[in-house]
Amino acid sequence: MSSIQDIQDQIIEEFAILGDDKESTIYYIMELGGQLPKFPEEERLEENIIKGCQSKVWLTTREEDDRIQYLADSNTDITKGLISLLIRVLSGRTPQEILKADLDFIDKIGMGNIIGSQRSNGLSAMIKQMKLYALAYQAKQNV
Amino acid sequence: MPLNIEKIRKMFPVLHQEVNGKPLIYFDNAATTQKPQSVLDSLTGYYEHDNSNIHRGAHTLADRATRHYEETREGVKNFINANESAEIIFTKGTTESINLVASSFGRKFITKGDEVIISTLEHHSNIVPWQMLCEEKEAILKVIPINDKGEILLDEFENLLTEKTKIVSIVHVSNALGTINPVKEIIKKAHQIGAKVLLDGAQSTNHLDIDVQDLDCDFLAFSAHKLYGPTGLGILYGKRSLLEIMPPYQGGGEMIKEVTFAKTTYNEIPFKFEAGTPNIADVIAFQKALDFISSLGKSNIKRHEDELLDHANNSFGQINGFVPVGTAAEKVSVISFNINGMHPFDVGVMLDANGIAVRTGHHCTQPLMQRLGLEGTVRASFSVYNTKSEIDQMAVSLAKIAKIKNK
Repeated sequence: MSSIQDIQDQIIEEFAILGDDKESTIYYIMELGGQLPKFPEEERLEENIIKGCQSKVWLTTREEDDRIQYLADSNTDITKGLISLLIRVLSGRTPQEILKADLDFIDKIGMGNIIGSQRSNGLSAMIKQMKLYALAYQAKQNV
Repeated sequence: MPLNIEKIRKMFPVLHQEVNGKPLIYFDNAATTQKPQSVLDSLTGYYEHDNSNIHRGAHTLADRATRHYEETREGVKNFINANESAEIIFTKGTTESINLVASSFGRKFITKGDEVIISTLEHHSNIVPWQMLCEEKEAILKVIPINDKGEILLDEFENLLTEKTKIVSIVHVSNALGTINPVKEIIKKAHQIGAKVLLDGAQSTNHLDIDVQDLDCDFLAFSAHKLYGPTGLGILYGKRSLLEIMPPYQGGGEMIKEVTFAKTTYNEIPFKFEAGTPNIADVIAFQKALDFISSLGKSNIKRHEDELLDHANNSFGQINGFVPVGTAAEKVSVISFNINGMHPFDVGVMLDANGIAVRTGHHCTQPLMQRLGLEGTVRASFSVYNTKSEIDQMAVSLAKIAKIKNK
């Protein structure tokens, strides 16, 4: 499996191809959102909603072989696309890897300019929640 | 007389720029309008030549600033045809104007069991101050329902009115849908049972001719920044008879007549309600915005904006997946809509990528959105400097966006 950094570099390269064209970049993000695996309906609960996002985001996890699988959904396609990028980078990793991860691809692809400051805050809230899950799993694994 | 829109556009420097590589199309005028050069010049001119604190200075600059400040009060009085300029109070904005009434009038005249009536169309700023008051006073907040087109149900309003109703606080024009409410009738009916009426004029004063004496409203709240004026300035009109018997809203300088540690006596209206150094520069510059409006003529502005609304209804209406929200018979130049299968925020971001500025979301009217069963809408709102060609360009972008989910 490629490292977190490898995947981030891949994403940076993909976005570099799109260049400064904001419209194509957004279409691309929405397309990525469309490819997100279906979110389990039984997990669509109030407690799985991430606070601090302007659009609705549901996030939950499964543990497989001491690795975290993230499952997420949103009511907006752009947000779904953003989550799919985070899942691509972080899902299937150990809690330690996730906690250590420096997600520099977000700045490097100029996400702030693409999605605006309000959504950037939402993205930070998503990352925080993903890391909180990792912290909880790590604590559980260390017991 | 048709307006020369190209000439008008030249007066607004902000319009002449590119956003995301496309010429800016500014359709977020219900949130705030752009400012003509004359307003900008007045702002800098004040700081360059006249800056000083008003009303108490013995020097020339203070006298000049005071004169200009009070000239705007006179200008606002004429703009809404108030009986006298003392009935015009400067505030921070519509929100503060409503809070002033809820707090001052409410504190004095509303007691346990009394009733306050608002409508489903209200902006949060005309809901929350009354909720706070009703909670404090154990009063009852009643809400006039609407139909699916976004129109107030007048019969239901009459049923809500009782001898316990102390104030009806109602939006003149809905910010989210553009509906023009039949406020003259509402005011008449409220007055018949002795209730006072506050009009939230944030979205009406820039589109409709306002004559407070003809409407006979007791209060009118609106904001300068939606009228081509500066941000941070609002107006509260109130009838003298009411303003005089209402307690001050905030304490401080300017609003007093005489202060001793034992007792303070208050200044006359309007100064009683303008504690502290006011927003002098913005008040002075606002007169230029009023001059701009009167130089064009409100009826000419309205005619142009109505044409834009018709044009947008026709051209957006042909887009597959376009769902208009709010189809009242009487509307100002606001078009709220959704695209089938798409979240309004996504539509807004994609329009922005095309240089088109619209508003998306619940427009600070969450109860209205709940009533309509929607999470939000996309809202395009047109102003005097907008053109049919801009609407055509938005229609092209919108059709492309809608196609993603409406093949």
